Amino acid sequence: MSKKHITTRINGEDVEFLAEPGASLLAALRDELGLTGSKEGCNNGNCGACNVVFDGALVNACCVLAVEANGVEITTIEGVANGEELHPLQTSFLENAALQCGICTPGFIVAAKALLDKEPDADEARIRHWLAGNLCRCTGYDKIVRAVLDAAADMRRTPA
Amino acid sequence: MIPVEFDYERAESLDDAIARLAATGGEGKLLAGGHSLVPLMKLRLSEPSSLIDISRIAGLSGIREKDGKVEIGATTTHHEVQQSELLRRLCPVVPEAAGEIGDPQIRHKGTLGGSLAHADPSADMPAVVVALGAEVHIKGPGGWRAVAAEDFFQDLFTVDLGPDEIIAGVQFRPLRSAGYAKLHQRASHYAIVGVAAALDVEGGVVRSARVAVTGASTHAQRLPNVEELLAGRPANAESIAAAAAVAGDTLEDVNVDLHASEEYRRAMVKVFTRRALERAAAR
Ligand SMILES: Cc1cc2nc3c(=O)[nH]c(=O)nc-3n(C[C@H](O)[C@H](O)[C@H](O)COP(=O)(O)OP(=O)(O)OC[C@H]3O[C@@H](n4cnc5c(N)ncnc54)[C@H](O)[C@@H]3O)c2cc1C
Ligand code: FES
Ligand code: FES
Repeated sequence: MSKKHITTRINGEDVEFLAEPGASLLAALRDELGLTGSKEGCNNGNCGACNVVFDGALVNACCVLAVEANGVEITTIEGVANGEELHPLQTSFLENAALQCGICTPGFIVAAKALLDKEPDADEARIRHWLAGNLCRCTGYDKIVRAVLDAAADMRRTPA
Repeated sequence: MIPVEFDYERAESLDDAIARLAATGGEGKLLAGGHSLVPLMKLRLSEPSSLIDISRIAGLSGIREKDGKVEIGATTTHHEVQQSELLRRLCPVVPEAAGEIGDPQIRHKGTLGGSLAHADPSADMPAVVVALGAEVHIKGPGGWRAVAAEDFFQDLFTVDLGPDEIIAGVQFRPLRSAGYAKLHQRASHYAIVGVAAALDVEGGVVRSARVAVTGASTHAQRLPNVEELLAGRPANAESIAAAAAVAGDTLEDVNVDLHASEEYRRAMVKVFTRRALERAAAR
């Protein structure tokens, strides 16, 4: 089947690529565009390791087709840091040791950022509910939730 | 990567989607949120020749009041339903149930129309639309038709919808006194058992009740014996307990899977029927 020409904005830059209809957005990001920060965990919508922001909404890139991204604005984990300067969530994950193997971490950070960008005052219950779609087999979640709470407090002190 | 090749096209309007679907000679499928279809295609459980993306058709999504009824467009996402101020005010059971679907990522993409068309035996919205007595509005090459939600769901993944037809939306009379209660499967959040209850109460007495269950059997369906026990009774804890005690006794083909045995599901149908009725009565 013929490839489709896709025009998107990814992490603030115009990006064009060719995609087979059968390629997921995750596959296109990783294999076509070299953005390998988004991870493949389950490939069926359960784990959140592939999370990206898609026209303002947090989605599982493994269940979105690359062809659906035509005309869409996307933020991936690669767009979270400001150059060499880590985002407060990234610093907080490091300081709180909120990762072990790290495969879930990009998804958690993209998901947590999507929440805090809209709801800077999110409390622990809200954070836990919001992160229900992100699975971690290592940490037991508590350090992740602490890291997000700390980052939120930090971001409220010094708004970007 | 989806193993079988197919084409992808974006529909511009409802009629354009119908025409494109017809042109595939029954081999094409509609793509809405893709959160049921894409995983199925990866497993080769669905092999359409073409996907017709309806998610961007203007006017096919959105929630509005119309002639005393509420209409929800087919491509409205679960997130939009959950956030709707109109629904929270007029018919809070609908956003309540939508908010219990999956997780934020699923709710941002999954749509009401996709959920009804797919008719997963554990999906939430089928029970809600059956309990509300909603009509499913469908358009095909032959024009429009409307089906009562309780007749729409027929069997496992089987609904009253032709391969050339599209769900445009659902309509129902909004009702405040309705509730949804769900036992979550903790990983996917699909319903092990979910019960939607809608009560028509006047002067503290139940005039009529509509109660529908999902997750328990092949498809969402009413629990007639529960409804009969409630009609004409005071809307209090005693009537609710008596009615919930018989919930599911008429159910056949109860689901058995790694999440729950038949015995456990039957027990939970009673518990979650009681909770849904309590929620409805408290509204
Ligand atoms: C990890 C995970 C967890 C989930 N948890 C839940 C849950 O807790 N509760 C729940 O209820 N659901 C759950 N879902 C399902 C989710 O809500 C789906 O998005 C939904 O069931 C299908 O909607 P969709 O828009 O994604 O449809 P799609 O996947 O795009 O389509 C599904 C089917 O419906 C057809 N279709 C779509 N729209 C129409 C239309 N307008 N007219 C006619 N046919 C149409 C398609 O052709 C296809 O056959 C979950 C899904 C995943 C991946
Ligand atoms: S890889 Fe996408 S949700 Fe798991
Ligand atoms: S750190 Fe290993 S899965 Fe989360």
